[in-house]
Amino acid sequence: MSDTPISSTKGPDKARFVIAFGLAILAFVVGWDAWRLSSVNSFSAVGPAAFPTIIAAGLALLSIATAIEAIGEGAQERPRDEIGPMAWVLAGLIGQIVLLPFLGFSIATGWLFAATAKGFGRGPLWAHFLAGAVLCFVIYVIFAKGLQLALPAGPLERLI
Amino acid sequence: MDTFAALAQGLSVALQPMNLLFAFVGVMLGTAVGVLPGIGPALTVALLLPITFKLDPAGSLIMFAGIYYGGMYGGSTASILLNTPGESSSIVTALEGNKMARAGRGGPALATAAIGSFVAGTIATVGLALIAPTVVDIAISFGPEDYFALMVLAFTTVSAAFGSSVTRGLTSLFIGLSLGLIGIDLQSGQARLSFGIPDLLDGVEVTTLAVALFAIGETLSVVAAGARAEEVIEPVKGSVFMNKEDWKRSWKPWLRGTFLGFPIGAMPAGGAEIPTFLSYALEKRLCRKPDEFGNGAIEGVAGPEAANNAAAAGVLVPLLTLGLPTSATAAIMLAGFQQYGLNPGPLLFASAPDLVWGLIASLFIANVMLLVLNLPLVGLWVRLLAIPRPWLYGGILVFATLGTLGANPSLVELGMLLIFGLLGYVLRRYDYPIAPVVVGLILGPLSEQQLRRALAISVGDPLVLFQSPIAVTLYALAALALLGPLLFYLLTGRKAPVGGDED
Repeated sequence: MSDTPISSTKGPDKARFVIAFGLAILAFVVGWDAWRLSSVNSFSAVGPAAFPTIIAAGLALLSIATAIEAIGEGAQERPRDEIGPMAWVLAGLIGQIVLLPFLGFSIATGWLFAATAKGFGRGPLWAHFLAGAVLCFVIYVIFAKGLQLALPAGPLERLI
Repeated sequence: MDTFAALAQGLSVALQPMNLLFAFVGVMLGTAVGVLPGIGPALTVALLLPITFKLDPAGSLIMFAGIYYGGMYGGSTASILLNTPGESSSIVTALEGNKMARAGRGGPALATAAIGSFVAGTIATVGLALIAPTVVDIAISFGPEDYFALMVLAFTTVSAAFGSSVTRGLTSLFIGLSLGLIGIDLQSGQARLSFGIPDLLDGVEVTTLAVALFAIGETLSVVAAGARAEEVIEPVKGSVFMNKEDWKRSWKPWLRGTFLGFPIGAMPAGGAEIPTFLSYALEKRLCRKPDEFGNGAIEGVAGPEAANNAAAAGVLVPLLTLGLPTSATAAIMLAGFQQYGLNPGPLLFASAPDLVWGLIASLFIANVMLLVLNLPLVGLWVRLLAIPRPWLYGGILVFATLGTLGANPSLVELGMLLIFGLLGYVLRRYDYPIAPVVVGLILGPLSEQQLRRALAISVGDPLVLFQSPIAVTLYALAALALLGPLLFYLLTGRKAPVGGDED
């Protein structure tokens, strides 16, 4: 992963600027929370705000360092990522969260399996959905009966 | 003397039929996940944590250790036959091993990796057993300020040793430290960074973070790479046995690799990658046929594989004696200890000697099992490599969400899995190491505890942190780890060799 071809072109590295910006926001959030806590009375010598303050300061420094690196190293070419397949996998994960409360573990996770397989270029969706749901139903039974772990149940799971 | 009595006692624990079974399941699972691309021992242990919650602590920990060792063996199989190292610490093995496999010498390459791993694993486990009581004796006298310094050292070495730049390593670490802040502060009862979401009051689960970063982040980055990441499996041709010359060329690299790997792994710096790179460079220099390097020299497989396994055993020294994880897998094993209310460290050797020594003894057994199982079953492992990727990654995501739901059946937990998964993808995409995030999350709260304890004793005087000679030495080492790559660059004019990331 670290040996991706790196070729510098003119201008700063935009992606790293975005990361530097993200770190600055994180530093701000952590620092703000520490400031809020520092006003709370504490009985010990060091309150709950001390450690977050250090971390916020570290994040701020790293944000600056990242921005400097972005300028110093220049724009870098990274291999293009394919959005379509990624969207399928994300749709699988989000779909699972949406479906889980209504349809239970087997159906929701069957959808996740089917959408992921689709993202990796293997269809048809419905066949993978069926196979995935059956697989997940078996897992549900093993977990509920064998390990006494409660997984979210839906209409399918209530049958047993 | 006491060590051997304790070890014998441990062996009687490890040889109980149930624990043998746990060790067996562990090494089989570990080898399988080591072979499979996309999942490693860290993820597997994380997924198993909720399932093993109700099981016997000793048995589960023995299984985790088996997974850890098995993952190292399996990783070498993947890198030799597939040229895509399953674990970052077998990157070097792929260099010569895959060349050997292409030349039809895959069998001997697998054999020297397996036997070398066995030799190194056994010697290093003896080292672990011998060194651990001494470290425990020293650690007993550590004050909170020394522990804090030790953790600072671990932070700096973990971030400097992994990944391609110190800035990026530290960035990963600080992301982990920030995540570690979330939840109720145990000393003051104040909620930190929880934004009024009740699910966040308990903090971020190590397992959720690890599963998200490793399973979901990896899946997203593989699917995004699309056709870029096509792979060719080399079939194992010819005999899996080494001939006389192979043996002659292998045994010295095994031993040299072991003596490079164990001390480096055992330092509170960790990482199994660095010794593999060092061993490769050393064997290349010592080899009598240097022109074979790059075309499949057996020394280039034997040395690094031994170094890899010896370092893996070495990492257990700081984990068991100091409670200091220096790799992602070790961090999750620490979470495994905590799940049973056990805190690795000097006191654990006194309070639960059967468990600790049983665990150490089971490492010997795991090693023997791996040697016996690996070569005959190599055909089975190769077949694992042939699982179509859509099904493999579909299955990985199913089990990732299953593990998370098993630990905590809440939609917020799944949402965090998704968000951290995206974080894992971004980190991979822009070349940030993953392990420091996990180590930061688990060590952050522990280091804060030690810091506040030290400052409470001194009534808030921060100078107490620099008054103990042990602490000052540790800070000096930490500074060296941070500035080391820079010094190396200034002295030699070359960039320091750095490892990959992950487990």
